[in-house]
Amino acid sequence: MAETVIEVRGLRNQFGTHVVHDGLDLDVYRGEILGVVGGSGTGKSVLLRSITGLITPAAGSVRMLGTEMRGASEAELDALAERIGVMFQDGALFSSLTVCENVMVPLSNVEGLDARTREALARLKISLSGLPWNAGDKFPSELSGGMRKRAGLARALALDPEIVFLDEPTAGLDPIGAAAFDELIRGLSRALGLTVFLVTHDLDTLYATCDRIAVLAEKRVLVTGTLDDMLEVDHPWVREYFLGPRARAARDAIAAGHGRE
Amino acid sequence: MERDDSDERGGLSLAEEGGEIRAVVTGALGLRELPELQEQLARLEAPRAVTFDLSDAQRIDTGIAWALLRARDRLAEAGARTEITGAQGAVAQILDTVREGLPKPQEEPAPERGLRAALVRLGETVAGGAQSFLGFLGLLGLFVARLLGAVVRPREFRLTALLHHCQAVGLQAVPIVALMAFLIGVVLAFQGAAQLRQFGAEVFVVDLIAISILRELGILLTAIIVAGRTASAFTAAIGSMKMREEIDAMRTLGIDPGHALIVPRVLALVLMLPILGLIANLAGIFGGALMSWIELGISPAMFMTRLAEGTDVTHAVVGLVKAPVFAVLIGVIGCRAGLGVGNTAESLGRMTSSAVVAAIFAVILADALFSIFFQQIGV
Ligand SMILES: Nc1ncnc2c1ncn2[C@@H]1O[C@H](COP(=O)(O)OP(=O)(O)OP(=O)(O)O)[C@@H](O)[C@H]1O
Ligand SMILES: [Mg+2]
Repeated sequence: MAETVIEVRGLRNQFGTHVVHDGLDLDVYRGEILGVVGGSGTGKSVLLRSITGLITPAAGSVRMLGTEMRGASEAELDALAERIGVMFQDGALFSSLTVCENVMVPLSNVEGLDARTREALARLKISLSGLPWNAGDKFPSELSGGMRKRAGLARALALDPEIVFLDEPTAGLDPIGAAAFDELIRGLSRALGLTVFLVTHDLDTLYATCDRIAVLAEKRVLVTGTLDDMLEVDHPWVREYFLGPRARAARDAIAAGHGRE
Repeated sequence: MERDDSDERGGLSLAEEGGEIRAVVTGALGLRELPELQEQLARLEAPRAVTFDLSDAQRIDTGIAWALLRARDRLAEAGARTEITGAQGAVAQILDTVREGLPKPQEEPAPERGLRAALVRLGETVAGGAQSFLGFLGLLGLFVARLLGAVVRPREFRLTALLHHCQAVGLQAVPIVALMAFLIGVVLAFQGAAQLRQFGAEVFVVDLIAISILRELGILLTAIIVAGRTASAFTAAIGSMKMREEIDAMRTLGIDPGHALIVPRVLALVLMLPILGLIANLAGIFGGALMSWIELGISPAMFMTRLAEGTDVTHAVVGLVKAPVFAVLIGVIGCRAGLGVGNTAESLGRMTSSAVVAAIFAVILADALFSIFFQQIGV
């Protein structure tokens, strides 16, 4: 079995009296694309934030790439930050910088890189994310929603991270754009050996990209497994989600796609 | 593609073999190793043939792949025979991905330089200035039109918003305005006393304080403080709504931004600035009287008598008449700058500071024009 890169044990998160997670366990293995699903407000974004150290959980442990997040020193956290990339739900690009400058921000922490190299590397990431050259000189506000997502991905990939966290990468994209984005994520993850932690509502994305799925419900990870495993699970929300009409349509589409190949 | 810490730190070693250079990449290479690698690659010169051997490379990242591919292209262009061999597994995959994904520059027309460009910039600046003046006039017109509209159809008038803004721009500014005017009065009395004592004309300090504060300083300084405080607040509030497309949303919901945002704000200023000016006048005279008493021994009663007989009420009127004009200038400039905010956080900051500068400048300019006007009509 592949190495475990993220290990969450007994995680508890709460805001005031509102408990979001309680006793949540999750493992993520190297090189896989893990899809995290769950109803709106079940705490997918909060889970992502607590794994990446943006919020400190009330209890439990998060171990990422061999570093225990709780009690890690500043230097350890900095080193860890270079090995992960995060794409936020709404892009979170710096609005006063061009796309290229946005991607150069993480690179500016690397010692010894001259400005020309930084720009060239940023351009490379922009191109790998499927954006045309001139998008690099534009400000985020001048891009369409789909292009902003790609720019966010380019910034997340700037340091060649080992793990990327994507929060709803295809939300708000048209189906064709979303399919292209799915393809991009899958292609990059295979080519660069990325581990991907992907939060999504999009069934098509799940079917097209994910190796494994984790379902968030009842304040914990209810089940993990492949898509086929999900169809066996006897839980009302999981059944509704994976056996509902939209799921059937997505599955049929994939089946049809495979049939043609 | 394991990235254990057991990966040896990689590097590039160059060796000569029968007139050819063999560049052997070993171990794991990442961004940290890139600067050194670039330096080594830059030393390779055409026309010697170069073979990049990647069979011992454990791991490379896209930056390394990019540097290798670029060095190869550079040497190939200079006429050297180059080859990349031995890449396997993940390393080969990354090389392929980067090779396919290499960005293709698009030529953009270079910006013009020289005299012509300088003239163009000058012209654009002038046109921009004229445009923002027109924008100011446009918004002023909109304000007046909406205000008159509200007189005709009072139902459209937003009383709650007006009261809210009256509190924000008026009530909450009282302490700072009163304190400022009090201190100005103190300073005037102090300085005036020092000068007038030389002529034994101490008692004229009352006229000095009264006329300068009532006519000019009270209202002018109040307007400047309000310009700094309120114009920036208007710009920031309206600008951040503009940034988040709230103003567009209002339009689509049939809410007129003129009614909802501009009339209450500007009208609140028009109502409040005269009151603030009056408070400033009182506080200034109080400060002056206090200082005169301490410094010159002019008792409050004597100060009042002197004030009543020596100072005409027209001075106070001349001062306060200016207040509504200043208020409109400040309010409209602040709102106008808010509507001019683009969709970046930076433009919000830029517009906020330019609103303050423009509002203060407009207030002082208007005050100068008023002085000339009153001089001419002899008030
Ligand atoms: N900073 C916060 N303060 C208080 N409550 C919060 C905060 N952040 C999240 N929550 C609460 O935590 C719960 C989970 O939020 P979260 O954003 O993780 O949902 P989600 O699963 O990502 O939903 P969606 O699919 O809509 O993005 C919600 O009930 C939310 O109200
Ligand atoms: Mg979320």
